[in-house]
Amino acid sequence: MGTRQLELEVMRYDPEKDEAPHFQTYSVPCNEDWVILDAINYVKDNIDTTLAYRWSCHMMVCGSCGMMVNGEPVLTCKTFVRDLPDKVRIEPLENFPIERDLVVVLDDVMQKLHQVQPYIVRKDDPPEDAEYKQTRGQLMKFKQLTMCINCMCCYAACPQYGLNKDFIGPAALALAHRYNLDNRDQGKSDRLDILADHNGVWECSFVGACSEVCPKHVDPAAAIQQMKVDGAVEFWKQRLGIPGDKS
Amino acid sequence: MAIAKKAIVWGLFAAGGTLTSFILPALIGLFLLVATGNVPENLQFEQFHAFAASWLGKACLFVVLFLSVWHAAHRLRVVVHDFGIRKDALVANAVYTVAAVGTVLAAFYLLAIS
Repeated sequence: MGTRQLELEVMRYDPEKDEAPHFQTYSVPCNEDWVILDAINYVKDNIDTTLAYRWSCHMMVCGSCGMMVNGEPVLTCKTFVRDLPDKVRIEPLENFPIERDLVVVLDDVMQKLHQVQPYIVRKDDPPEDAEYKQTRGQLMKFKQLTMCINCMCCYAACPQYGLNKDFIGPAALALAHRYNLDNRDQGKSDRLDILADHNGVWECSFVGACSEVCPKHVDPAAAIQQMKVDGAVEFWKQRLGIPGDKS
Repeated sequence: MAIAKKAIVWGLFAAGGTLTSFILPALIGLFLLVATGNVPENLQFEQFHAFAASWLGKACLFVVLFLSVWHAAHRLRVVVHDFGIRKDALVANAVYTVAAVGTVLAAFYLLAIS
């Protein structure tokens, strides 16, 4: 296995010492089959133990290692060294405040994920001694949307979230749509009151960057457009006094 | 919280977009036919005038014009935003006023055909 010298330009920022973020360059001998996360781990283990970043699973499951690599929001465990030039710039995810080095503050999106009621809402009592049944077809309607691992690459890519931090944003909206499409859920019209409010789906101008960068192919942009249709229909239903969609 | 009034303009935008995506290619085809002197029998001036003079014809043409103009207005609003002009309220008022005027004019001129 050949090795390749990679020049990593890593953004550093210690809010207790630094006035502004700056770049530090590390020269890393990489194996050709390494991903960028391996290179960052090499720096941490062998060159500079003070570098702060998040990672856990190294296999596209945990969603913690999202960073900007040469300006693109990616999972660093999915981004291979062989696909990149010899000089690679690594920055924390765009559109988020920096906590330290490559670690960003995720409080805002965590609050938004909670806000959209991402759980099954029932208006009636659950069936006694039985599960809610679901067919394969009913599952397939929303299965793609369950693949989200909250890496927040979509928020880093979204120009509308960059402009308006009150915008609920792609991952939270896609997650809400996952429950709206679930046949066991009865909270759609309640949820739409939040999702289709001023800072909800209408703030999306369908740039589609969220879906392009999504490492799990969740396609939040499509979910948001479908919710716009639901929101427009529900708006007139509410105005005309037609009962909301509870299914 | 409640569903924002943006639902109204987005609804018109979506309906107009769906409609024009079907109608525009047909219009381009027709223009090419007319430009090359091959006007289809049913689209001669007299036939089309008769269609526009009937109530069904007026209703069809109004729906097409009304939705197209609102689609264009909302599309323009978003394009202006994407180009970095952030005075959304001003832009929205301007484009939707034009769309409203266009709607009234469409109705006025369609009703005038007899």
